[in-house]
Amino acid sequence: MSGVLVVVEQRGGAWNRMSFETLAAGQQLAAKLGTGCSAAVLAASAASLLPELSSKKLQKVFAVEHDLLAQYTADVYVASLEQLIRREQAAFVLFPHTYQVRDYAPALATRFKQVLISDVIAFRASGDSGSPVFVRQLMQGKLNADYHQTGAGPCFVSIQAGTFHADTLEPGNAPTETFTPQLAADQIRTKPGEPFRESSQTVDLSAAPVIVSVGRGIGEQDNLPVVEELAQALGAELAASRPICDNGWLPMERQVGSSGQTVSPKLYVAVGISGAIQHLIGMKGSKSVLAINKDENAPIFEIADYGVVGDLFEIVPELTKAVRAAKGSA
Amino acid sequence: MKIVVAIKQVPERDAPIRIAADGRWIEEGDLNYTINEPDAYALEEALQLKEKQGAGEVIVVSAGPERVQSTLREALAKGADRAIHIECDDLGSRDTLGVAQTLAEAIKAESPDLILTGLQSDDLGLGQTGVVLAELLGIPHATIIMHIEPADGSLKVKRELEDGWFQHVEMPVPALLTIQSGGNKLRYATLMGIKKAKTKELKTVPAAVAAASPAVALERVYLPEKQKKTEMLTGSPQEIAAKIVEKLKFEVRAI
Repeated sequence: MSGVLVVVEQRGGAWNRMSFETLAAGQQLAAKLGTGCSAAVLAASAASLLPELSSKKLQKVFAVEHDLLAQYTADVYVASLEQLIRREQAAFVLFPHTYQVRDYAPALATRFKQVLISDVIAFRASGDSGSPVFVRQLMQGKLNADYHQTGAGPCFVSIQAGTFHADTLEPGNAPTETFTPQLAADQIRTKPGEPFRESSQTVDLSAAPVIVSVGRGIGEQDNLPVVEELAQALGAELAASRPICDNGWLPMERQVGSSGQTVSPKLYVAVGISGAIQHLIGMKGSKSVLAINKDENAPIFEIADYGVVGDLFEIVPELTKAVRAAKGSA
Repeated sequence: MKIVVAIKQVPERDAPIRIAADGRWIEEGDLNYTINEPDAYALEEALQLKEKQGAGEVIVVSAGPERVQSTLREALAKGADRAIHIECDDLGSRDTLGVAQTLAEAIKAESPDLILTGLQSDDLGLGQTGVVLAELLGIPHATIIMHIEPADGSLKVKRELEDGWFQHVEMPVPALLTIQSGGNKLRYATLMGIKKAKTKELKTVPAAVAAASPAVALERVYLPEKQKKTEMLTGSPQEIAAKIVEKLKFEVRAI
């Protein structure tokens, strides 16, 4: 067994940009292990996607092509990749931790009697066990954990968004090879429809210079005016973490995170938001982050520039008052 | 429709995080446990499906030590018909494949039409048990599901994609779906429900012996290093507010 294989992701000929972050991770892992890194892209026809891939420093680029790969289904992705990985004897298989990967990679690993080490944020070449150590987050990001593979098959790893950087990718000139998996239409048990959006988005949080965002800590819907008033005083857009929108307290279109909008305002005020990974992905590009939370261990404090540990119901009204006073005197 | 809901019991969200002496997990002594939130949405979806169809059965299954029975009782109080506790004191030393095998053994005997579970757990967050379980049972699956429309011998589900996109997926039953939060509003157990739950069946079965040694191992846990240097602002609420305004005015320039 040898080498690192990175499975990149495209839909309808457009890249999922996390693919290139994962390629960077793959190059780094291969360099640490003294081995080569290859990439695989699955499509009905990958021709238009290959030039960008082969301009990177890779041992090989596999175009996994079949008419049945025109649309994603877990069944054909698992079958195709199982065949490629068995032929290539890859030692490590890396994926971007996307919704699509979450849908098929665990089943693919099961085919090899292995377990995907998912949502990885870092790795070290060799730990006490002699094999590479992969770091992932537990308890909603409050805890880190080191994992290593103990099984003998290929090691499957998915990489969290934003933890490796595409601009660190080394350029090169990689040869490409077409791999045609053996697939049959009756292998596909699910029938996917075309992707759609629920309604036209009327709130564009990505353009807001200041965002006040509210999370579980607000307790109940009746308490929302506390943060609404702060947002108003700051001239900010109001946003929320997923649980607030799940409860219907604010519309889904005000949700920041992996399933909502991605924002990078000048100032992001996180009120009563613990900072689960899914939320952080949507806002960690903010220039400045102010976090107010009662739990000093809340992961939001890991990425906050300014932190306040305390009761938001005491602090936020005072802050609103102070902001109004400051603006009034400006 | 016969629906099995696989539930995990996890530490409460604001549980104190103290690393255990062996460095491999957190101190469990002072933890309170609750239902994994995405699994609560899976249970809700199952209960609503049964109510809409006016027929069927909802069976909740959970693997773990004796304490998971309290979470199963709660599910019964919310309306599940019966519960299966897979007695397993070494859950933490099993990897995803080991846990899914344990669940598969217990669920196989029920031959359900539909298996639901949360898209991931609040403690380990691996997000895989459902998919691995489907693979072991040889049934189709779909993940991150917001809504289920059953038809004759098949399902049409609404799957969440990234960035506000969705997709419908059709598949035959039996099938397994992992459920996303927010598709439904969670119900509370009523007093009547709690009373009724005491008379409902809660069966304990032994966990299947692990078929193989784990494929991955958790070496150690530790508190994450801060990615940014956070300036902590302290004082009375008024003092804190004044300090924040200073920062926003002169450093962030947002006022």
